[in-house]
Amino acid sequence: MEKHSTEQLKSICSQVRRDILRMVHACQSGHPGASLGCTEFFVALYFDQMKHNKNFNPDGIGEDLFFLSNGHISPVWYSVLSRSGYFDTKELATFRKINSRLQGHPATEEGLPGIRVASGSLGQGLSVAIGAALTKKMNGDKQTVYALMGDGEQQEGQIWEAAMCAPHHNVDNLIASIDVNGQQIDGPTKEIMNLRDLKAKWEAFGWEVIVTKNGNEITDVVQSLEKAKSLLGKGKPVLNLLHTDMGFGVDFMVGTHKWHGVAPNDEQLENALGQLEETLGDY
Amino acid sequence: MEKTLDTKYTYTEKKDTRSGFGDGFLELGRKNKNVVGLCADLIGSLKMGAFQKEFPERFFQVGISEANMMGLAAGMTIGGKIPFTGTFANFSTGRVYDQIRQSIAYSEKNVKICASHAGLTLGEDGATHQILEDVGMMKMLPNMTVINPCDYNQTKAATMAIADHEGPVYLRFGRPSWPIFTPSDQKFEIGKAWKMIEGKDVSLFATGHLVWEAVVAEAMLREEGISVELINIHTIKPLDTAAVLASVAKTGCAVTAEEHQLNGGLGDSIAQTLIRNNPAPQEFVGVDDSFGESGKPVDLLEKYGLNAENIVKAVKKAISRK
Ligand SMILES: Cc1ncc(C[n+]2csc(CCOP(=O)(O)OP(=O)(O)O)c2C)c(N)n1
Ligand SMILES: [Mg+2]
Repeated sequence: MEKHSTEQLKSICSQVRRDILRMVHACQSGHPGASLGCTEFFVALYFDQMKHNKNFNPDGIGEDLFFLSNGHISPVWYSVLSRSGYFDTKELATFRKINSRLQGHPATEEGLPGIRVASGSLGQGLSVAIGAALTKKMNGDKQTVYALMGDGEQQEGQIWEAAMCAPHHNVDNLIASIDVNGQQIDGPTKEIMNLRDLKAKWEAFGWEVIVTKNGNEITDVVQSLEKAKSLLGKGKPVLNLLHTDMGFGVDFMVGTHKWHGVAPNDEQLENALGQLEETLGDY
Repeated sequence: MEKTLDTKYTYTEKKDTRSGFGDGFLELGRKNKNVVGLCADLIGSLKMGAFQKEFPERFFQVGISEANMMGLAAGMTIGGKIPFTGTFANFSTGRVYDQIRQSIAYSEKNVKICASHAGLTLGEDGATHQILEDVGMMKMLPNMTVINPCDYNQTKAATMAIADHEGPVYLRFGRPSWPIFTPSDQKFEIGKAWKMIEGKDVSLFATGHLVWEAVVAEAMLREEGISVELINIHTIKPLDTAAVLASVAKTGCAVTAEEHQLNGGLGDSIAQTLIRNNPAPQEFVGVDDSFGESGKPVDLLEKYGLNAENIVKAVKKAISRK
């Protein structure tokens, strides 16, 4: 894949944010908050870090794989998939509408290229990613498996079953990230169910833990993912604490749970789009 | 189109059934000090905020940990509390089936499992959230009572009634704004079917949101000279078998309508009752062995064959098979 400059990555991010906002606005539903917050992460993965093929093959042999556990942030994933050539960007207009391949939460049933397992019910994605990573090992496939979870999602018990399992089976071809935005539906994670020290927890479970201090700075995200890669193959899975701001990029959405799952109205959309340059052409 | 129809029940207002739950839950909190609430990061969606605000010492935000919530609820009954758990229907059932089975149903714990966003009418979130198997899962559990009210008023009444019933209850309701066509002062009797309209050609058994579709279908059929007996089955388990049998003995055929899979739904329960006692032709309106998808509630009901027009067709077919 061609290498992109930092400037190019930044301009892709701006377009992806426009896509997210226009998608949720068009159907008046969906989850803009963490989609905006995780934009740099997705762009870094698909336009810089991952070896992947837009001619989608579900088995992904010889490719890096990505699993989204917090499936509600489908808008950012769909935008990045289409912007990297998996399907026509025009199809983004069908998001959450009847007869669309772009389901509210990622799904395989309609055959959208890029999706390997359904998600939406929280807490399940890391287990699937570990399974896929184990298969890569059994197949002698040297590529990497990536996963993303939410921080509120850490409250699910299954996450910790998976956390215990990966180091036990030496799954050292896996980089799991947590979107640490400090927010969930009902409020800040601290108030809803305090996660306390995630770094200490994951380390205690046997993971190599790294921290991305500014997950909304593309260079920071790329650097962390490079570092994560360098830690693979040493018997331990890698966990990346990706600190982001929910709603990043739009001044009235940033830093609050209020935009977790609410779509902007016409006026708000116009205001938000005014803050984000159209770099690649709106779909 | 609905407007020009002469329906036997009418409405002036629409509201979501989950708000019926939220309002009933608050009133219940004032009346019954043993009622406690638990919620897994969906207080706003379940409309539990007013109760939480008024009774913070009787309310527990448990975060996104539904399995944990079911265990906590089971534990809270020991010593006399009446816990009401709140999350989406999918995460109230499939997600936590074994916790419910062992710690609540088998252990005969007085937990009220309150489940919102059930069925296709959840809309845009799509199939991952649109559970269509929950009634089946819950009715299979011994000791479990299964209730699926049809509008805001009935949901409110049901919410208050289940606190006085000793034993586990699954209360299913939804997200869309829906006609309010039942009285606000209704008495909710668990396990008692409500004959909403007398008729002689067919017995139409409907539950949940599809009761309104059945009301519309009855008016459409009446225009064609077909007399429908409409029975509101708000309690799917225990089923009011006496009411079912009495009606079908009179009409000679049955149609069931529900926002659920045909496998394991209300239709199955009615069919079993009929086949054991008085076999009669029966037609089923429900989802036929498929997952749902994203879309607007009304469009989804149409696409999956769950609206009034489909009920009309099913009624004609059932009658033709007599
Ligand atoms: C098992 C399960 N329970 C509840 C939900 C409803 N839900 C969707 S997103 C969400 C909050 C998730 O918080 P977090 O992981 O921090 O994501 P963010 O809000 O940051 O996007 C909840 C409770 C769900 N999708 N799955
Ligand atoms: Mg979060």
